[in-house]
Amino acid sequence: MVIDRQARLVEVESWGDYFLFTLDSPEIAAQARPGQFLMIRVSETTQPLLRRPISLHNAEGNRLQIFFQVAGEGTRLLSLKKTGQCLDLIGPLGKGFNVRPEFRDREIYCVGGGRGIAPLYYLGKELRAAGARPVIFYGGRRAGDLPLRNRLESAGFEVLVSTDDGSAGFPGFVTSLVEEELKKRKPAFLYACGPDPMMEKLAETCRRENLPAEFSLESIMGCGFGACWGCVKKIRMDGQEKYLKVCQDGPVFSLEEIVWQEKEHG
Amino acid sequence: MVDLSVDLGFLKLKNPVLAASGTFGYGLEFKPFYDLELLGGFVVKGLYLKPREGNRPPRLVETPSGLINSIGLQGIGVEAFCREILPELAGLKTAVIVNVCGEEEDEYARVAEYLSRHRGIAALELNISCPNVREGGRCPAQSPEATHRTVKKVKQVTSLPLITKLSPNVTDITAVALAAEEAGTEAISLINTLLAMAIDLETRKPRLGNIMGGLSGPAIKPIALRMVFQVARAVKVPVIGMGGIFSAEDALEFMMAGAAAVQVGTANFVDPDACLKIIRGLETWAEKHGIKKISEVTGSLQL
Ligand SMILES: Cc1cc2nc3c(=O)[nH]c(=O)nc-3n(C[C@H](O)[C@H](O)[C@H](O)COP(=O)(O)OP(=O)(O)OC[C@H]3O[C@@H](n4cnc5c(N)ncnc54)[C@H](O)[C@@H]3O)c2cc1C
Ligand SMILES: Cc1cc2nc3c(=O)[nH]c(=O)nc-3n(C[C@H](O)[C@H](O)[C@H](O)COP(=O)(O)O)c2cc1C
Ligand code: FES
Repeated sequence: MVIDRQARLVEVESWGDYFLFTLDSPEIAAQARPGQFLMIRVSETTQPLLRRPISLHNAEGNRLQIFFQVAGEGTRLLSLKKTGQCLDLIGPLGKGFNVRPEFRDREIYCVGGGRGIAPLYYLGKELRAAGARPVIFYGGRRAGDLPLRNRLESAGFEVLVSTDDGSAGFPGFVTSLVEEELKKRKPAFLYACGPDPMMEKLAETCRRENLPAEFSLESIMGCGFGACWGCVKKIRMDGQEKYLKVCQDGPVFSLEEIVWQEKEHG
Repeated sequence: MVDLSVDLGFLKLKNPVLAASGTFGYGLEFKPFYDLELLGGFVVKGLYLKPREGNRPPRLVETPSGLINSIGLQGIGVEAFCREILPELAGLKTAVIVNVCGEEEDEYARVAEYLSRHRGIAALELNISCPNVREGGRCPAQSPEATHRTVKKVKQVTSLPLITKLSPNVTDITAVALAAEEAGTEAISLINTLLAMAIDLETRKPRLGNIMGGLSGPAIKPIALRMVFQVARAVKVPVIGMGGIFSAEDALEFMMAGAAAVQVGTANFVDPDACLKIIRGLETWAEKHGIKKISEVTGSLQL
């Protein structure tokens, strides 16, 4: 975990609201693992005040990549950065996905909804390096919400897409697409990242199918490195339910650990 | 060379910058970023007798130049702290201050007593001002009488120096400060967070699981500064100022208003090395202004 205030932005690609940044950050890149994230300073003033958590989309050599969707003021300011400018990063943070040796020669499902696709490219690469066969499920509202489809396909991954409005791929939720595929073939493991309702539905499916899984959770973060206790979620551990820090104990948790909250306000 | 050290009477600090409770974990979280011994000191997260679960999420919401939190003092409790964390902090050449909490007045005394039996603690900071643990944000620091009683009880069971941390959620902060001083506190720190809230327009629900929380960050600085000024004029014990300090200039304002030392809170989240930058900034400012001892700045406000 380091602070890199000189992470130079070397390349920007964009599709509407979605952005792919390539950054020079040798120290962070050297330590990074799939599923970990960065805390990025988006403003030089106190508005917005806090850094924003963004997953590692890829790390290779001295370079990092992030993929994000503009969701509000912070990500909007981030999207305005130009090549040649330097970003201020803290990372790599959190515990990543666990890739196990027994995945060799097995099919592994990686399910991403919307911006949740971000960490799955990096994970897919690691799975492939471990001899596993990742199948990437990519769901979006409409065809325009699948900007990484080509990139994933060109990298040689098997990619199955779905759109809520049926404008590309399977018509319907990505969770239904996963259910359809499960009728045909059973993977050894499932990883997921996306909106809570998607992951909660997938958790149900995994339990029913006896499919072990890991999920990457989101939470509003004050610090990203364990100092504020602001990012907690209910997690089951040693038979007890407790609030654990998403930034430090996660963001990746296993199926059995996550206690899905119906809604957080009561 | 500027002499950055400050003498609080009961405690000498190598510089006037302390990291504030609840924003610095148990200290260890910041070890990857810099050498903790460069700090004047740090105040660890508030501790109760027993581990606490804290409030339901969401626990954070950002507002203009501010942060509202409703953590609710989640933590490991004083026993686990003394067993697992304190041994790692005890050897550090910097002031380790422990933030003491209580559900009721007796618990403060029991936590303080427990801590007093351990080595490596420079002082206790009595957190009678957390807005997040009682109904409606109430706390002992809202009443001079309750403040007096609590400080007195704690003084009876510990020989460690006591810093009493005040709440800004009062009409007359000086009355509470005077009560704490009367009861024998060695110093006063202020301010804790301001009781606040935010609403999600779409769901029409509060944006914090606990409905209300405490506001910190640059948004509260002018209020904090005013209160530090008022308290420093009213009491004789040293005052430790905080609330929205993000730069050396902010820290200097608090010192001019009468603070002998300062604490840096929310800034640690944005820049984990914020305290270091502020310490360096103080040095640079003093050099530029021909000031040999930083402590000369305290109370130098011209009226
Ligand atoms: C570990 C982690 C990894 C993430 N990785 C990515 C990524 O790779 N790509 C990407 O596009 N986004 C990612 N996010 C989400 C991203 O952090 C938020 O979209 C961003 O912080 C919103 O900031 P903003 O100022 O643009 O919007 P705001 O105006 O702050 O908020 C806009 C909306 O997003 C919600 N929100 C705010 N902060 C968060 C948050 N931390 N997590 C989820 N929702 C939030 C708000 O409640 C609001 O509804 C990640 C979040 C986490 C916790
Ligand atoms: C997330 C968070 C947790 C806090 N926890 C504590 C605590 O445990 N004990 C305490 O006395 N103050 C606590 N505080 C208050 C700070 O120590 C400080 O008084 C306040 O945030 C104002 O300073 P700042 O604006 O520099 O953050 C907390 C503040 C924040 C933001
Ligand atoms: S974001 Fe601060 S503890 Fe997790």
